[in-house]
Parts: sequence; structure tokens; C-alpha cells
Amino acid sequence: MAAIDTIPPRPFRPSARLLGAIEKVAIPLGALIASAILFSCFLLLLGKSPADFFQLVWRGGFGTSFSFQNTLQRSAPLILTGLAFAIPAQIGLTMIGAEGALVLGGFAAAAIAIPLVSSGMPVALTLLLMAIFAILAGAGWNAIAGWLRHARGVNETISTLLLTYIAIAIMNFFVEGPLRDPASQNKPSTMPIGKDYMVGSIPGTDVHWGLVAGVVLAVLLYFLMARTTFGFAARVTGGNPRAALAQGLPVGKLIVSCSAIAGGAAGLAGFYEVAAIHGQANASLVAGYGFTGILVSFVARHNPLVIVPVAIMFGAIEASGGLIQRRMDMPDATALVLQGIIFVVLLASETLHGRFAIFKPSSEVDRT
Amino acid sequence: MSEHALATILIAMLGGAIRVSTPFMFVALGETLTEKSGRINLGLEGNLVLGAMVGYAVSYQTGSPWAGVLAAGISGVFLGLLHGAICSLPRVNDIAVGIAMMSFGTGVAFFFGKPYIQPSAPRLEALPLGGWSSNTALAKALEINPLFFIGIAVAFVMWWALANTRWGLILRMTGDSEPAARAMGVNPVAVRIIATALGGFLAGTGGAFLSLSYPGSWNEGLSSGQGLMAVALVIFARWNPLRCILAALLFGAAGAIGPALQSVGISQGYYFFNAAPYILTLFIMIATARSNAAARAAPGELSIVK
Repeated sequence: MAAIDTIPPRPFRPSARLLGAIEKVAIPLGALIASAILFSCFLLLLGKSPADFFQLVWRGGFGTSFSFQNTLQRSAPLILTGLAFAIPAQIGLTMIGAEGALVLGGFAAAAIAIPLVSSGMPVALTLLLMAIFAILAGAGWNAIAGWLRHARGVNETISTLLLTYIAIAIMNFFVEGPLRDPASQNKPSTMPIGKDYMVGSIPGTDVHWGLVAGVVLAVLLYFLMARTTFGFAARVTGGNPRAALAQGLPVGKLIVSCSAIAGGAAGLAGFYEVAAIHGQANASLVAGYGFTGILVSFVARHNPLVIVPVAIMFGAIEASGGLIQRRMDMPDATALVLQGIIFVVLLASETLHGRFAIFKPSSEVDRT
Repeated sequence: MSEHALATILIAMLGGAIRVSTPFMFVALGETLTEKSGRINLGLEGNLVLGAMVGYAVSYQTGSPWAGVLAAGISGVFLGLLHGAICSLPRVNDIAVGIAMMSFGTGVAFFFGKPYIQPSAPRLEALPLGGWSSNTALAKALEINPLFFIGIAVAFVMWWALANTRWGLILRMTGDSEPAARAMGVNPVAVRIIATALGGFLAGTGGAFLSLSYPGSWNEGLSSGQGLMAVALVIFARWNPLRCILAALLFGAAGAIGPALQSVGISQGYYFFNAAPYILTLFIMIATARSNAAARAAPGELSIVK
């Protein structure tokens, strides 16, 4: 007893867990700031003002309630495609096929809507069936890549990209041929589902329900991956596939399930693009949301909950594109350059994890 | 289908294979060089697009398409150096960096390429090798761009150099076993950065072919995944430069099916045939992924086969 009393009170030292969490936020944040500085140098070289640029991003993304709603509208598909990269990433797969699953999901929704709308099916049931078809199309499509990875050892990064091009070709084939609406002259499209069948917006806003779906799915998937046996088994597989196999985990089923979840999320994004924005399937579905989602997931370090704010940030960059184009006389590819710089700097910053003594628990510092 | 139409399709496919295969060949050779050093560069799609833009822009500004080809290669060296340098940092995933370089290269190309979509730049002259034939379709198919022959020459030089030179030995050793390379006093980091930069040069040159020969103009839809398909093609070619030529011709022929059928008036399913190279790549990957021959030929340090 006396021994315990004589120990002097220790100063506050944050736990290893807290320090780890701070490090996980601080390094990507530092990478974002470094990217902003690099991009500012790029702008200065071109004789443009970085201050104007970031001010316009703020105004175009968050400045007015109209621009903020525009931002949220664009971030809805980014949340879903971000999740489509994050879930396979947790099981150790680099799947970049969200674009294809989104396109195919959107097309499936538009295609199934044609007979449903013409037969006068109730709106709610039609939308439900459209969403289910979109999710199944995306999930099945992406599951092909997961299955090929497990059964045949086919590299999933290349196969998902090939499947994306094939999915776009499938949509183009039907949209220009069998399912073309004769009224669509310059831009071949499927039959419009009609105003009455469109998904409405969240009351009091112009933002469609896809945003709510994205946030809900992000929370659900966070709990699935962090708090369930399935998620634990998936993360073990991601950490060490051989150990997972040796433990008797159903690695194949886990891989195919995670791929299907990812494809389903992207397919759902496709459903909202068709049912809430375009009203029909056409080339507008190929908007690059699937590829931006990869970046969103990397910035969020594949954490489903963090994906939501990160998607809103990138949604703001996309929403302010038009304003920047008009005011600063810069091409729409400006956003692509900024995204590319962020992506490269962020990945390079991965090397910094574990390098800073201040993020290490004090006992470890003492030892080293 | 009449015999004449069949001949037309075959000739169109031959010409198409030669035209379409050239960028595939350059990217695949660049990727082979990089992967032989034990590093994978998925970002060559970015090199291809940036090379196409730089090649077109320089050709337009200087009036010399060959200056454009050189500039395209140099732009590829920059992207390759960046990729090589970042991947040399510990704990950085080379596949993810490849995806990032793809979006960076494409973004930069689209940004600076905007003013060059309209104007027309001097293009590379093709060699009219079909002059002996009275068949105009065949003569047209045999108008071959010199870059095609340069690509074949590069493949032979690379094949010979990998097997017979000191540099080739160092490259193969770095790719097969990093400890062995270190033991020989070779710096694997430097070898990989050089190999990625040279691979980037070849991929950039392939991009110049896209904008200066076939299809022969700069626009944002110019490349659709050829850079990535070439990565799959390298696995199919088992890291052998000579097989890269054959694989590129095969992919070129698959890509030429759609336009060839259209030339005889069959436009039904054009988009479906457009997807042929992707479907072919996928099937080739399924067939070769677990083959013993591919496993034996693969460089030991490569992350996708480990």
C-alpha cells in the first residue's frame, strides 16, 4: 500500500489511441494544406491570383444557400462512390470500378422504369424497384471482379477498370439502339421516366434524397466494418490474407461480399443520378463521380464516417467550377489539376505515418 | 456475306491493327521496362494522354511533328520521375500512386490542352508501303507510320539488351531480388527511378502517335484506357518485349473490328464491338492470371504477383 502512495502524480499524457487518432487527422490535413500551397504556386505561375481562386471556391461552394445546396447535391454521389472504394480497401482490394457500377446501375434503373411507367405502376413501387435493380446491377457487376480476384487471382484494379469501359459500352449500345427514345435527337437517351416519377427533394431544400441515402449508408457501413464479426473478419483479411485463410475465415465470401457492397453503393448513386437529376439514362451518367470517389476515400483514409465531410468538400470544388470558369477565365479542367495534386501529395504523405515522435505514446519515445 | 466484303473487312482489320497497335506497343514496352525493375506503374494512361497533348501542342507551335514526338517523350519522363520518386518513399503503395498519376497527368493535359482542340497541327507522314498493290484498300492499309517501325526496333533492342548487356542484367536483378542487387553494390532505388522514367518516355511517345497520326487530332476523349490495357498486355506478353509486339497487334486487331465492320456498312452493334479490346483483355487476364508460365517469367519483386 505504501508503495503506491509514494508514486508521484504523473503529468497528463494522452493515450496511444488518442495520439494515433490525432496523427490520422493531422497528416492528411497537412497534405491538403501542402496541396493548396502547391496549387497556389501553379496559379501564380499562370499569373492568376490564388486568393481569388480560394475565395471563389468558398463562394461557389458554401457562400449562399443556393451554392451550398448545389454542393450537397454533388456530394451525394461522391459519398456513395467514396464508400464503393473504401469498403474493398478495408479488405485489401484496390477497386476502381465505381464509375462502371454507377453507369450500369443508372442504366438498369432507367431501363426497368420503361415498362413500369408505361403500365402505370404506383410511383413509390416503381422507384423502389428501380433502386433495387440499380443496386443489384452495380453489386453483381463489381462482384465479378471480386470473384475473379479470389478464384483466378486476376488483378482487381485492372479488371474493375476494364469492367467500367465494358459497362459504358453496354449502356451506349442500348441507348443508341434498342432502348433509344426516338425523340432524343442530339444526345441519344432512354425514354424519360417523366416528372411524376422523379425522386423529390428533401423538404425545404433543393437537395435530392440521395444525400440522406449516402449519409445513412455511410453510418451503416461504418458499423458493419467496425462493430460486427463480418467487418472484423474483413479487416483481418485485409491485413493479412494468408493468416485469415489459416484461421479458416471464408476469405472468398468476404471478398465477393465487400465487392458487391461497393458495387451496390455505386449502383445506388446511379439510381439517384437517373431518378433525381437526369430523368433518363444517357452519356451524362459518365461524369467522373466514380473516379473522384477514389480520391474522397483516400483523403478519408477509407473511414466511412469521414467520407461524408470529405465528399462535401470535393462537392464544393465541383460546384464552384462554373463560377471559377467564368470569373477567372480558366478551363473546367482546373478542378482536375487540383484533385490530381491533392491525390499525389496525399499518397506521398503516407510515408510520414509513424515518423513523428510527438504522435508516439511517451513510453515508446522513451524506449527509442 | 460476300467474299468481297470479307476481304474488305480483313484488309481493314489489318490496317487497323497496325494503326491501333502502335500506342499499345509503346506503352507495353515502357511498362515492361518499368516492371522488369520490380515496380508497377499504373499511371501510364496519364503519360499517354499528356504525351498526346504535348506532342500535338509542340507540333503546332514548331511546325515539326518529330519535335512533338520528342517533347511528348520528355513529358513522359517527368511523370515517370515523379512516380519513381514518390514510390521510393517507404510505405507508399505503387498501385495507388499509379492511379493518382493517371488523374494528375490527365488533369494537366486537359488544362493546358484546351487551346489546342481547335487548331490543326502538322501530323506525322505515313510511309506509303502499299504502292505496289492495285487494291486501293490494301494500299491504304499499308500506309504505315514510321513510329510503328521504331516501336518494333525498340522492342528488339530492349529484348537484346535485357539478355546481353550489363545494364540489362542490373535491371533484371533489381526486379527479381532486391537483396541480391544490394549485395552487388547496386542501388535499387536509383535503378527503379531510371527504369520508370525511361518507361514514361516510351509511353509519352505512344501518346504522340495518338494525336499526331491516328486518330490524329487532340481532344479529351482521345485515349480510353489504352494505357491501362497495356499493363494487362504486359502480363499476357510475360514481360518479353518481342511478345509485346504480337500482343499489341492482337489488341489492335480487336480494336479494329468495329470500324472495319462499319466500313462495309454493318453499324449494328458498333458500341458492342468497341468493347471488344476490353473484353479480350479481361479474358486474357483470366486465362493467364494463374498460369505457371506467367508466374515463372514474372519479376520477383513485383507487387501485383507477390
